[in-house]
Amino acid sequence: MEDLVSIFVRAIFIDNMVFAYFLGMCSYLAVSRTVNTSVGLGFAVIFVLGITVPINYLLENYILGRGALAWLGPRFASIDLSFLTFIMFIAIIAAMVQLVEMIIEKVSPTLYNTLGIFLPLIAVNCAILGGSLFMQERNFMNIAEAASFGLGSGVGFFLAIVGIAAIREKIRYSAVPAPLRGLGITFIITGLMGIGFMSFMGIEL
Amino acid sequence: MSENNTSKQKEPLFSHRNQRLLSNPLGKDNPITVQVLGICSVLAITVQLRTSLVMAISVVAVMGLANVIISVLRKTIPPRIRIIVQLTVIASLVILVDQLLKAYIYDVSRQLSVFVGLIITNCIIMGRLEAFALNNKPWPSFLDGVGNAAGYGVVLLTVGFFRELLGSGTLLGYPVIPNFLYDLGYENNGFMILPPMALITVGIIIWVHRHRDRNLVDIS
Repeated sequence: MEDLVSIFVRAIFIDNMVFAYFLGMCSYLAVSRTVNTSVGLGFAVIFVLGITVPINYLLENYILGRGALAWLGPRFASIDLSFLTFIMFIAIIAAMVQLVEMIIEKVSPTLYNTLGIFLPLIAVNCAILGGSLFMQERNFMNIAEAASFGLGSGVGFFLAIVGIAAIREKIRYSAVPAPLRGLGITFIITGLMGIGFMSFMGIEL
Repeated sequence: MSENNTSKQKEPLFSHRNQRLLSNPLGKDNPITVQVLGICSVLAITVQLRTSLVMAISVVAVMGLANVIISVLRKTIPPRIRIIVQLTVIASLVILVDQLLKAYIYDVSRQLSVFVGLIITNCIIMGRLEAFALNNKPWPSFLDGVGNAAGYGVVLLTVGFFRELLGSGTLLGYPVIPNFLYDLGYENNGFMILPPMALITVGIIIWVHRHRDRNLVDIS
């Protein structure tokens, strides 16, 4: 249990998707103009990461990895399908996003309206594929650890995007040099926020 | 404009229009500083010039080929499932690149780690496939793909150049800062190697770029 909490907290603060690995930058920059939309996207990312990372964990450990097919019988034990990882992960992500979208539409129309256009966009958000690929590199012990890593990464992205959106709403009233307005200043602020998040580095959990 | 009189006869391979497809993304249509696409990988792998170079070449290859393939198939792909078709094409090309990197330059492939895989979700590629390759002939699509990937590569190399020079005092792994400077008390700025400085470097590149080309200034 402590392991799960520690993985969760690490994923939010120390290995933050945006500030430590720059994943999901495209949507991070494009959708952070107002706090409302960024909250919507943030929740959608938490949701999809929390689902796709554990599913891809199962895929990796029971189908794609070296010797993962051993449960089918000894003949399959030597098969290594890991070169198919990228295409399988992206297929799972695209399929899950579609599925999640349909389920939410049925179960909770209000949530569907809030997330709205962001759900389909998420299929090509690098944070989602990145979450699965990092999960593959870290060699988690079981599916619960993978799930808590996925959720933690999602929460980290949520924090980052809501933070930058709040700053961008305020900075509209400041006298930023003209060529820096918009994109440039957003980059520099993100850098400064990243420096802030670096202070979490070295915390032992 | 000159486009009217070239439309009748067969267009030469490097007509004015095709040259612009190749050169625009390097400057005023730059995918990173102007269109804001594909930022993720720019930042993460630019600690050294070598990794930046490998990444830039990989993206040029994937993008040129993906644009050609989608452009050739553009009349057979049903619009409803085009996104999954595009993802499949890109993913297959990225698998090829990944296997090649693993076979020939294993150390760089290890440094790039997950970011080779993340070329798949690099929004520049999807963006250009959607916006250009689906409506254009293979040759212009190829030029457009290579041009945009080169525009991406230029920014990648610039960031990589400054981060490696200032952060480690080397270029492509060779020391370039003369020793007497170190004797005088010069020190490498270890901060440049850390992730946040990549963001600030790109921010400054955007600043310089927009300062030189006032049309790009964000007025909102």
